[in-house]
Amino acid sequence: MTIATDRQHEFPETVWTQRVSLINRLPQPVAITLLVFAILAIWQLVALSGTVSPIILPSPARTAQDIVEVGASLFTGGYVFGAFLITLQEVIISFLMATAIGATLGMIVGGTAFGERALMPVIVAIDTMPKVAFAPLFLSWLGFGIASKVALATFIALFPIIVGAAAGLHAADENARMLFRSIGATPWQTLVRLRIPMGLPHFFTGLKIAAIGVVGGAITGELVGGGQGFGALIRVAASQLDTPRVFSLICYLSVMGLMTFGLVAWVQRRFVFWHRSSSIGNG
Amino acid sequence: MTKSYSGRNFVALENIDLDLPRGSFASIIGSSGCGKSTLLKIMAGLTPPTSGSVMLAGQPVMGPRVETGMMFQQATLFPWLTAIENVLLPIGIKSGKAAAEQARQRALDLLSLVGLSGFDNAYPSELSGGMAQRTAMCRMLITDPEMLLLDEPFSALDELTRDFMNMELQRICMSRQATALLVTHSISEAVILSDTVYVMAARPGRIVKRLEIDLPRPRTLDMMTQPEFGAYVSEIRNHLDKGAFL
Repeated sequence: MTIATDRQHEFPETVWTQRVSLINRLPQPVAITLLVFAILAIWQLVALSGTVSPIILPSPARTAQDIVEVGASLFTGGYVFGAFLITLQEVIISFLMATAIGATLGMIVGGTAFGERALMPVIVAIDTMPKVAFAPLFLSWLGFGIASKVALATFIALFPIIVGAAAGLHAADENARMLFRSIGATPWQTLVRLRIPMGLPHFFTGLKIAAIGVVGGAITGELVGGGQGFGALIRVAASQLDTPRVFSLICYLSVMGLMTFGLVAWVQRRFVFWHRSSSIGNG
Repeated sequence: MTKSYSGRNFVALENIDLDLPRGSFASIIGSSGCGKSTLLKIMAGLTPPTSGSVMLAGQPVMGPRVETGMMFQQATLFPWLTAIENVLLPIGIKSGKAAAEQARQRALDLLSLVGLSGFDNAYPSELSGGMAQRTAMCRMLITDPEMLLLDEPFSALDELTRDFMNMELQRICMSRQATALLVTHSISEAVILSDTVYVMAARPGRIVKRLEIDLPRPRTLDMMTQPEFGAYVSEIRNHLDKGAFL
């Protein structure tokens, strides 16, 4: 169809009015803040209405007050600070151990026929077990100190790292491998200069899952096996029906999880600069 | 040279007989799954033939050879290396860091030859598809290969870029006296570039037609409108296994 200029007036105005929904017009930080405030408001209303006992669900205001209280002890080096250090120590040791063992096993699984054919099925079988159920075993093997918590947290964090490292070694596509072979690269050169760099995004995805996992593992170990960490504080507070304290301790734990996750994400951005990863963490 | 190749009760290539004179340009055209890529892999020494052999300059090819350069449909650049580091990769793998450093000027010359001067420190994510493929071409050329094996190198590019790249390829092959074997799905690309076009059919992969393209060199894009060109194109189309496209 041709449109002659002198006939243009015969056509109706065709300017589209685009409706942009409210949520699309809001900047993301504002949207998040609004949602959080809405949740807090509903929570506060439910607490004020008196339908739920404050022992079951303390008000946000009461929880915030406790967060300040716990924060005061944490930042002035009180007993919460001591507990925080113990849990943090468990988290760091477990994460480093899981990374070292996981990377090694992942290299064996992803890089050797033995690993792929014999070791991987065994690892998958162990991975299907609920690893938390091993907590009492670690406790009886390693005692009530931090060793049993470190063992549990390492055990939980190990599997995503193995899978990430093993999958990463297979990330290089057929053409890239062919190219390396055609220029006469040795298997070692192919590993170091192709398969490992190509696999880093997968490896870091595993590390990020593990960074969250170690915090959960350490707390589970402390809930089951006592000690002097955050888990023990939570257990004591819960047994005294001090629900606001439980809530505020959990808040600080999430800060710890965010810190470990953020650290790994930061290292990833430094070392895997070519790969844009999503904030959700699936590499 | 003659070779046939079979595996798992399935004959991928049967009695393939190719002869590529030094400095000539040959194309293989055929439907998907006719074993073109397998043939290229055998010629590169990446896969052994079941019987027969590949001879390169009077020597049997028993494995990957320095004299052979390869290019694929994807640029296959490594995202953690800059353009020039990608180009120098084959030198670094073969002869070490020092040799790669010495070849730096040659890499820069190659990049400017394909119109990429100033992009040597760009990462692949900053390059367009055509620029990435040109970088891959430099990487193939950095070792001065005598034999170029090209597996649909420009088929992922838009047509304008593709025509331009084809003319670049011709210029480079002519100036270096390199022997080239191009696998392609495009009849006109095969005709405009080649001295010889081989038409392949599938199951088993075999050559059904060998056609000499008698157009003067250097070829130009204008030749595509000439009647001889059209005659070559339709002759090749008639030999293609039409059933394979249904």
